[in-house]
Amino acid sequence: MLLRTQALTKAFGSLRAVDGVDLVVQPGRLHAIIGPNGAGKSTFFNVLTGFFPADSGSVIFKDQDITRLPPHVISRRGVVRAFQRGTIFQTFTVFENVQAAILSRKGKTRNLFELAAGMLREDTRRILETLGLVDQANVRAGHLSHGDLKRLEIGIALGMEPELLLLDEPTAGMSPEETAAQSALMQKLVAEQGLNILFTEHDMEVVFGIAKWITVMHQGRVIADGKPGDVRRDRHVQAVYLGEES
Amino acid sequence: MTAADVLGQFLSGLARAGVLFLIAAGLSFIFGVVKIVNFAHGALYMVGAFLTYSFRVTLGVPFWASIVLAAVCVAVIGIGMEVFLFRRVYGRPVADQLLLTFAMVLIIHDVVRLAYGSNLRSVPRPPLLAGAVFLGDVIFPSYYIFIVLTGTAVLLGFWAFLHKTRLGKTIRAAVGNREMVACLGKPLPWLFTAAFAAGVFVDGLAGAIGAPLGGIRLGMDFDIIILAFATVIVGGFGSLPGTALAAFIIGEAYAFGIWLMPAIALSLPFIIMAAVLIVRPWGLLGRSGGGEL
Amino acid sequence: MSGSRRSRWWLIALAVVALALPQFAEPIVVHTAIEILIMALFAMSFNLLFDGAGLLTFGHGCYYGVGAYTAALLMTEIGMPMFPAMFAAMVMGGLVALVFGYFCVRLTGVYFSILTLAFAQLMFSVFQQSYTLTGGDLGILDIQPPAFLMAVNNYYYFTLVVVGVSFWLLWRILHSPFGRTLHASRDSVVRTQFIGINVRRYRLAAFVIAGVFASLAGALFAPFNRAVAPFLVSWVKSSDPVLMTLLGGAATFWGPVVGAAVFTTLHEVAIGYTTYWLLLMGGILLVGVLFLPGGILGFLEDRFHGAAAARGTKMTEARGASSNASAD
Repeated sequence: MLLRTQALTKAFGSLRAVDGVDLVVQPGRLHAIIGPNGAGKSTFFNVLTGFFPADSGSVIFKDQDITRLPPHVISRRGVVRAFQRGTIFQTFTVFENVQAAILSRKGKTRNLFELAAGMLREDTRRILETLGLVDQANVRAGHLSHGDLKRLEIGIALGMEPELLLLDEPTAGMSPEETAAQSALMQKLVAEQGLNILFTEHDMEVVFGIAKWITVMHQGRVIADGKPGDVRRDRHVQAVYLGEES
Repeated sequence: MTAADVLGQFLSGLARAGVLFLIAAGLSFIFGVVKIVNFAHGALYMVGAFLTYSFRVTLGVPFWASIVLAAVCVAVIGIGMEVFLFRRVYGRPVADQLLLTFAMVLIIHDVVRLAYGSNLRSVPRPPLLAGAVFLGDVIFPSYYIFIVLTGTAVLLGFWAFLHKTRLGKTIRAAVGNREMVACLGKPLPWLFTAAFAAGVFVDGLAGAIGAPLGGIRLGMDFDIIILAFATVIVGGFGSLPGTALAAFIIGEAYAFGIWLMPAIALSLPFIIMAAVLIVRPWGLLGRSGGGEL
Repeated sequence: MSGSRRSRWWLIALAVVALALPQFAEPIVVHTAIEILIMALFAMSFNLLFDGAGLLTFGHGCYYGVGAYTAALLMTEIGMPMFPAMFAAMVMGGLVALVFGYFCVRLTGVYFSILTLAFAQLMFSVFQQSYTLTGGDLGILDIQPPAFLMAVNNYYYFTLVVVGVSFWLLWRILHSPFGRTLHASRDSVVRTQFIGINVRRYRLAAFVIAGVFASLAGALFAPFNRAVAPFLVSWVKSSDPVLMTLLGGAATFWGPVVGAAVFTTLHEVAIGYTTYWLLLMGGILLVGVLFLPGGILGFLEDRFHGAAAARGTKMTEARGASSNASAD
């Protein structure tokens, strides 16, 4: 068992965005979290990664309690997140974006005297290759296309050498070709690099295409949790999604 | 140290708090609606004081008219600033806006110096309020009472305006969600101008009614702006009751500080502000999540 | 960075002029040049925070003043020689920056700026009122540099070396992994946290480093000016590096230097004509913010390189974009 949450709760005023969520993430899977808008998926990620402090409940990662730890600590423990809206370093090039993460991971950021430009080039290149972003290494991140931006997000996350990678709607806003490429990338990361991926998604084709385990959230609670086939047949899930894509 | 002394200091602190409240309320209001931190607020306060002098002493206009005229003039200046300068930088990052208001501080300071020179001025209290009210041993200068009453009136008036009138409710909605309000067809730019003018009006008013309290001099602007910021921060940006509470605390701290521990009296507002910023950065009555810009 | 070849030639030309200056210029010009160098260092230290870390401080004069006063006090009260006094001034500036910075970095945006301003004012009132320690309003007078630095030319070369080395150090810091991390935190605080960085701690480190260099500038100023006054700690002084940096262009390394040179020269010239210096400064700042967001160097880069190389400051780019992106 890689990650486990117990009765995790986060409320904003009277709105219980995350309402007693029990979730288990087993290693070696592509694990998807789905649910209608407002189900609490993003908030759940935020609480998981320390961005919002949980009101109650706990998060255990590899037998360590990481509940309420600050984001920078959790990232170093191996739970790394990529954001939904491409929160990258605008004034850095693609190369520098990924390099920044690796510099941090390898503990080099307290270095005041070496020139950063020449450091860790091999490691950075390797990640850019995995993502197919080598050609854009020297492009300013602010000028990237949407698809490339999302991939760069993942690249930054990879720079942190994650054990559990949290992807927030990785195919949002992508064309069919980009979506297919992104799905392939995710599968490759799990298969070839032994990563564990937990991701939220709205695109059901992607979810049922590549996920090995699905958790369904609705109004802050988990209403279904299991293999894709079982989830698809679940009555409650069908009711919630009635009128939406299935 | 008698009860009378304490009460006297208390009232003195209240008067100080009243003036401070007016300034800070304008600052907080402008920030809440227009999202601009108006560094020039202290400078405009000073302009209000000097203009009161001009109207009252140089031109001989009656006291009450002088006050109102001065405040109105300051509001007009504020409108000019908003329309010609701030509108250009609304989309820009905060630093640009801060720098613009900062530029106004410098410009206004020297313009005042140009117009009035560096000498100390003063405005006499109106005969009606020049005396004092006696309660047993305690002397309550009437003017102090007037200030406190004015401050309270403004507080209540502002509150009533924001919560009871249509325009006020629109403004509160605009603070919460600008796009929505714009969609509803309310002319947003003029809303901002009006809000700015209102905030600056009370600022000028503070300068005007504060004028007879002490001397009018260059440097008032620099001195008061820090206190105003301290008040807004302690009370919480965008919280009117918070500003009133903070003004009260700082006003009284100042009054009693000057009386009991003059050495650190001047530093007291900063110490209070630092304490609040450390423990509760969003202020005593503000909302958390307001620290990011 | 395009045109790095060209920049190198400019640098060499500048160095040659700087080194040869006392040979062909009048003493008054050399005197002004020393002022420019000191102010340039002051402005550079400010820009480490502003463009480097995205932190706008309105209270940087505090550390400049602390540096100046520390050096002044040590040299006049206990007769300490200049070099150790300067070193002590830097340590003192760093300590004060550590204490104040600890509180300031807990805040962001305008709250941060206001608190830096408040601390500077606090320091100012302390300096102005403690007559026994700091000479109150009068300040400290008759600070004597060592005999071999009395001559203007000598002091000029000394300042040139100190400031030159400081620039080199600041350049290294900005291009180091530490500097990269600061830049990252400027572009997106959230993203930086999520790559494992305790942003607050790095900001505090930057704050202290900036404070150390500012106090070095102040320590250079004290023996040069032979006197220090509370004005050096005031928030008006704090506005100097802000104006200089913006004037020269915050997004470039040399912007603050250009700004310091233009600003100081303007000041010297203007003082002869008018005492309404604040009006002029405010006017320039106004025009600068409204029409020249990239400063002089930004404007020149745009003209000569045409590209989007320096559209506004990096803060404009970064802040403008990241205000749309969020973690949710």
